[in-house]
Amino acid sequence: MSADSTSLLDALRDELGLIGTKEGCGTGDCGSCSVLFDGKLNCSCLILAPEAEGREIVTVEGIADGDQLHPLQQTFLEGAALQCGVCTPGFLVAAKALLDENPDPTETEIRYGLAGNLCRCTGYDKIVRAVQEAAVQLKTTSEQGA
Amino acid sequence: MTATENPTNYKWIGTRPIRHDGFDKVVGKARFAADLNLPGQLHGSIVRSPHAHAKVVSIDTSAAEAMPGVKAVVTGDDFPALDPTHPNFDTAVNCMARGEVFYNGHAIAAVTATTREEAKAAAAAIEVEYELLPAILSIADSMAEGAPLANSNNYTRFVPPGDPSNLATVTNLDRGDVDQAMADADVVVEMGFDCAHVHQGYIEPHACVVDSGDGKANVWCSSQGHFRVRSMTADVLGVENSKVKVTPAEIGGGFGGKTTIYLEPIAAKLSEKSGRPVKLVMSREEVLRASGPAPSAELRIKVGATNDGELTAIDGWMAYGVGAFGDMAGLIGAMSVASYKFPNLRMETYTALTNTPKSAAYRAPSAPHAAWAIESVVDEIASELGMDPIDLRLKNAAVEGDLTAMGMPHPKVGLVECLEAMKASGHYQSEPVEGASRGMAVGFWFNIGEESSATVNLNEDGTANVITGSPDIGGSRASMALMAAETLGIDVYSITPIVADTESVGFTDVTEGSRATFATGKAVVEACEDLIGQLKARAATIMGVEVDEVAWVDGAAVSPGHGGGESGEPLTLAQITAQAKRTGGPLTATASLNAAGAGPSFAVHCADLKVDEETGETEIVRYTAVQDAGTAIHPSYVEGQMQGGSVQGIGWALNEEYIYDANGAMENASFLDYRIPVASDLPLIETIIVEVPNPAHPYGVRGVGETGIVPPMATIGNAIKAATGVRMTSLPMSPPKVLKKLNER
Ligand code: FES
Ligand code: FES
Repeated sequence: MSADSTSLLDALRDELGLIGTKEGCGTGDCGSCSVLFDGKLNCSCLILAPEAEGREIVTVEGIADGDQLHPLQQTFLEGAALQCGVCTPGFLVAAKALLDENPDPTETEIRYGLAGNLCRCTGYDKIVRAVQEAAVQLKTTSEQGA
Repeated sequence: MTATENPTNYKWIGTRPIRHDGFDKVVGKARFAADLNLPGQLHGSIVRSPHAHAKVVSIDTSAAEAMPGVKAVVTGDDFPALDPTHPNFDTAVNCMARGEVFYNGHAIAAVTATTREEAKAAAAAIEVEYELLPAILSIADSMAEGAPLANSNNYTRFVPPGDPSNLATVTNLDRGDVDQAMADADVVVEMGFDCAHVHQGYIEPHACVVDSGDGKANVWCSSQGHFRVRSMTADVLGVENSKVKVTPAEIGGGFGGKTTIYLEPIAAKLSEKSGRPVKLVMSREEVLRASGPAPSAELRIKVGATNDGELTAIDGWMAYGVGAFGDMAGLIGAMSVASYKFPNLRMETYTALTNTPKSAAYRAPSAPHAAWAIESVVDEIASELGMDPIDLRLKNAAVEGDLTAMGMPHPKVGLVECLEAMKASGHYQSEPVEGASRGMAVGFWFNIGEESSATVNLNEDGTANVITGSPDIGGSRASMALMAAETLGIDVYSITPIVADTESVGFTDVTEGSRATFATGKAVVEACEDLIGQLKARAATIMGVEVDEVAWVDGAAVSPGHGGGESGEPLTLAQITAQAKRTGGPLTATASLNAAGAGPSFAVHCADLKVDEETGETEIVRYTAVQDAGTAIHPSYVEGQMQGGSVQGIGWALNEEYIYDANGAMENASFLDYRIPVASDLPLIETIIVEVPNPAHPYGVRGVGETGIVPPMATIGNAIKAATGVRMTSLPMSPPKVLKKLNER
């Protein structure tokens, strides 16, 4: 069981075996550890595990719908928005938070929405484009569903 | 922008399939180094020097050893003393200090315990007594007459043995008559430059798990080359290579910084002493304080030209500050000077030691510094002559047969094609937006070949496993699969590309020098060609014809004179593998090579930017990168390399720097204070792939990983000059420095 000082990040990774959430810094500066905490984007390295008691936590492992990838996961794959892939879980969670909040973001809104996540491989170009593409797809699906 | 139409009309090469390892990486299943855990595993923590240079008087580990959960402690005494002439002597000392620390952050002891917290607490309880030695913190201090030694084990290389020195290399190149050419030149521009240390900044910190049971160190780690991890770890431990096995984890970025080792021998020793597997993970602070940044540099460049824009002479002085252990940064800097013909050339370069972390390769190592200085000076010449900067470069661009600074003739290269592509681009053809100004620059990297192996096993169902020893840093599995699919003539998704451990595939050098797609790719193609020979022989048996009557077309054996297989149809690869058992058993092939003929890659970048004259802040509004890929196997990942390199260069140009205090302690060892570019700092990075095929690769590959980081600093410096009239000569061109220059105008 978590000691009082265990971070949510360590609890997810070490105790639950959810290794999709990564540690790039441990100080809230890279976004690799992004999770949705009651629907809001947060750095799990800055949250103490006991604080998560009774809250809903979404990690990258929870984004797909069973075998059906989330449109963001699909557009990241199709658009080569990952190179090494270590930042990818954090970006997917952050992009989901962004699109949940703002289904039709401008390029600038995407860039600011993802500014808490560091990627050193891609130069962000293909990440931004993948999020734009996912937004289009999500909109089409919801319009068809409506 | 897509790749230019390939005249050979490949079926798979040049397409953009989803990478084979992609699914695991978007659902969180991919295992990077820190994601591996073994039963009974302990955690380690490292004690690091708080001083830049000191003698170690004593280390007292007794208190730490008595603490709860602690299972083992190691210091330099636990490792064998290597001969100072051993090629991995410096690596060994860098992994764990012995009697002397050479930089703030240098590992001095390590401890392992049941939990991370216990290990950290015990590390803090290790007492080290130091006696301070003079610390060298700048290139100028290192090269000063009578300077104290940064590291008394360093000798200047490639010269007759002498006394220890702060210089690791001294290179003097001279051709033509530079003094006469400068005297005859219509225009001469001379300027001095400096660059701070910058870090590769991979998002995944160094990490490993080592289980030393049974007389062998089993290492799981992320690296750019697990065979090098094996040999370095074995040397540091003083054992045979065969006593170390390295299994590669997914690697979370390297950019040259993961071509060496830091943790593996320490974890191996802790595991040996404790009898349990040990995991070591660096914090971000440790990554910045103790793993290789790129060198700092001081440069002075003088270029002479005629009134009609011929660059007649270059006179250069370049010194690289590489930290506390020698390498060849200065020599490599000289090798990177290769973009222009320069009939007269003098180039003096130095590799100087300082008491700062041992520098490591960073994408086209040493080239960005040199290109920044030279491309800035060439830009000044273009404006003095009133020439378009691309036209000036076109007039002097190196082509096949022209000599690099080292005197090596260029093979077929694509600089002219890249310059022309930039000149014709939508970006260059349109005016910058209101308030923005433009700059451009050229970059070069020579690329390397080296040793690679590949094994290709055909399965009964007609699929293929392509097994290599090149870690996949940014899509190379997909590239290997594409080349195998093209060669065998089967679907790219029928291929399973695998990166195997050091005991499951032939020796393969590090993924560096943009070599994986070139050299390992060549091995994959050779193994596939071997298999085609075998498949034709099997088909001949099935068809009852001679082998030389069988051809391999589009993934199937055909024997035109005999109407093909039993039913008169071509025999597909899957039909042949299905009958493998009765035609001679499994179909498998291995190829190993030491690849010659790596193709140099040129790049041309262009930036439009605005400078806020109140704050000195630079905003890039448009950026285009052009690069010669030879052949783009998977264009998306070629573009990705170009974009990633560009943005690392933009960070280097505008923000990134190691800041040391007067005692050599890094003051900004976090991602908060060592600020790399984020999405909101940047525009889209437009790309144009030029394809001038490399004749030494079966599909024309050059290697694209590195050149992209070379042009951005001068591109941006030149655009800042165009915007403000001030020439920046110190990297990074951060707002306070730009403001200072603006105020001096
Ligand atoms: S690991 Fe949490 S922000 Fe970097
Ligand atoms: S893909 Fe490597 S850090 Fe983003």
